[in-house]
Amino acid sequence: MAKSPEEEHPQKAFGWAARDSSGLLSPFHFSRRETGDGDVTIKILYCGVCHSDLHNVKNEWGFTMYPIVPGHEIVGTVTKTGKNVKKFKVGDRVGVGVIVESCKRCESCQQDLENYCPQTILTYNSYSQDGAKTYGGYSDIVVVDEHYVLRFPENLPPDAGAPLLCAGITVYSPMKYYGITEPGKHLGVAGLGGLGHVAVKIGKAFGLKVTVISTSLKKEEEAINKLGADSFLVSSDPAKMKAAINTMDYIIDTVSAVHPLGPLLSLLKLNGKLINVGLPEKPLELPIFPLAMGRKLVGGSDIGGIKETQEMLDFCAKHGITADIELIKMGDINTAMERLAKSDVKYRFVIDVANSLSQ
Amino acid sequence: MAKSPELEHPNKAFGWAARDTSGLLSPFNFSRRATGEKDVTFKVLFCGICHSDLHMVKNEWGSSIYPLIPGHEIVGVVTEVGSKVQNFKVGDKVGVGCMVGACHSCDNCDNHLENYCPKMILTYGAKYYDGTITYGGYSDTMVSDEHFVVRIPDNLPLDAGAPLLCAGITVYSPLRFYGLDKPGMHVGVVGLGGLGHVAVKFAKAMGVKVTVISTSPNKKKEALEHLGADSFLVSKDQDQVQAAQGTMDGIIDTVSAQHPLLPLIGLLKTQGKLVMVGAPEKPLELPVFPLLMGRKLVGGSGIGGMKETQEMIDFAAKHNITADIEVIPIDYVNTAMERLLKTDVRYRFVIDIGNTLKSSN
Repeated sequence: MAKSPEEEHPQKAFGWAARDSSGLLSPFHFSRRETGDGDVTIKILYCGVCHSDLHNVKNEWGFTMYPIVPGHEIVGTVTKTGKNVKKFKVGDRVGVGVIVESCKRCESCQQDLENYCPQTILTYNSYSQDGAKTYGGYSDIVVVDEHYVLRFPENLPPDAGAPLLCAGITVYSPMKYYGITEPGKHLGVAGLGGLGHVAVKIGKAFGLKVTVISTSLKKEEEAINKLGADSFLVSSDPAKMKAAINTMDYIIDTVSAVHPLGPLLSLLKLNGKLINVGLPEKPLELPIFPLAMGRKLVGGSDIGGIKETQEMLDFCAKHGITADIELIKMGDINTAMERLAKSDVKYRFVIDVANSLSQ
Repeated sequence: MAKSPELEHPNKAFGWAARDTSGLLSPFNFSRRATGEKDVTFKVLFCGICHSDLHMVKNEWGSSIYPLIPGHEIVGVVTEVGSKVQNFKVGDKVGVGCMVGACHSCDNCDNHLENYCPKMILTYGAKYYDGTITYGGYSDTMVSDEHFVVRIPDNLPLDAGAPLLCAGITVYSPLRFYGLDKPGMHVGVVGLGGLGHVAVKFAKAMGVKVTVISTSPNKKKEALEHLGADSFLVSKDQDQVQAAQGTMDGIIDTVSAQHPLLPLIGLLKTQGKLVMVGAPEKPLELPVFPLLMGRKLVGGSGIGGMKETQEMIDFAAKHNITADIEVIPIDYVNTAMERLLKTDVRYRFVIDIGNTLKSSN
């Protein structure tokens, strides 16, 4: 008979989990594996609330396995290390992002692209190689193979830096891969949420000219004065969109609602690239003529490998880039999820786990 | 008052034109400009029938100006060159493709990408610098600025080489641009028509393994035995598609009908590229999850610049690549269009202009 979550493993753990597709989270006792030879055990300090967490607790993508403890923007302190661990010692400040295991043998893993390994194990809602379900960072401790643990730079605040572990790498990786790093080039960022606001900051750090593309005019002031965007384009204004035709070298599309790609494609110059990092539930409308007439492309990207995630953290530390966050207590998570569903947050909730997760 | 087509220019010309959206072509007297100092004038010998010609004679894209003489896969022999022409002489075998003009001053033109110049002038149905409408290659003579003329190497047959001027460059350019030309790569070609069959030949010559992806099982034998494809996949067969998941570095999609992209994206390896060269009228559905999960991309491409068109012709000559054609007399052209609509051709009609287009004058 299968063991209960509490009895599965030797180390007691406590967190908040959703039990059904209402998505409502509540206290949950479970357990973590023993610290293996290659593992580190981490006391969790902060965990970002990613929009994926919301999709998953409500089973919007159809593959949730309840009970689910979400959270893949984890920052904490090492409390134990396995005997073969080389990169970390007790007391180190570390991060854990979206993946906690991969096969380590395939071409993708060999190229430091663990995120594209067909056998990637996600930080939560996956089955680990030992057959146990993975539980995420809305909890007090986590045990992870050191390979998948990031060194968290000292000068990055652990609360405002937590969202970089998913939002940060999700926009940084395609910027490197698709060459969106040339100073002076023009980047459009569609959507100003968790992903979008970090994309603006990283884009500016690369020396790009950045235009925020959004449906909400009221985000303009903040986009320009606080986030440092160079300009703001209201996508629902046909005249403004027309004036911006053929002006952008690239667009990072962070929007997860269903939206047509035609208008965004028209903003791109010849050879322009539209990169999707949002995850709409349904397919998007793609007109082919403009792709051919302008030799444009639509590409996708999904987080990044471990090596690149570390590179991203170090880059952000160097440039003083963190997320704009609203710190919340664990007990407020359900309200936060409701607000997130209405995009009522500037721009990421972060759970103060260590100070508010009490049994 | 605008002059009639016959009187517009000093040199008489004769061709077949469509007069209305029925798309039916019939004899048409018109005129060509005198050979300007940078122009090359040539006697047209053959002209390929591109599917775009069919779209245009019927005004399916809404941009047609009647009377319309189609044809942008034009080959022939030079009869006159202007005083400043440097690269051609009388008697040379030459061709003209989809463009006859561009601005020559923008970034795209500077980078040999005249096809992406915002002021690019199409070979037919477009307004030329002198304000007159351009007429295409279903006609006895052609006059073009030498910049837009390509030399046809001696060993390339003119009739079977004509379709390369549009179909050839349309698939050659993206194979190069998207890096799908490295020996050992695996590229899929969707659709086995004018574009598709030439794509197979070019890719094989580049050392690439080719899988033809088609809805018609009856094209398999020809694809493998005649065109040299390495394998054949029936796109409606779930088992075949499943077995080929994640095996292709790239796919060249030549299909212009509406069709689902999801199965094609699934065939790509991680970081694979789906390149659209067919032009469906309505938008297609792009499933985003699989694009993200494999860092894949969907790109487009449209013909190619003049430098690359010449490079493509020379590559074809070197590797003995020509189109598979059905040569027809000009008065068969309306029947050919009907058959083209039903994709009843292996794989391009080419009009024998030199021998069958005779003016009644």
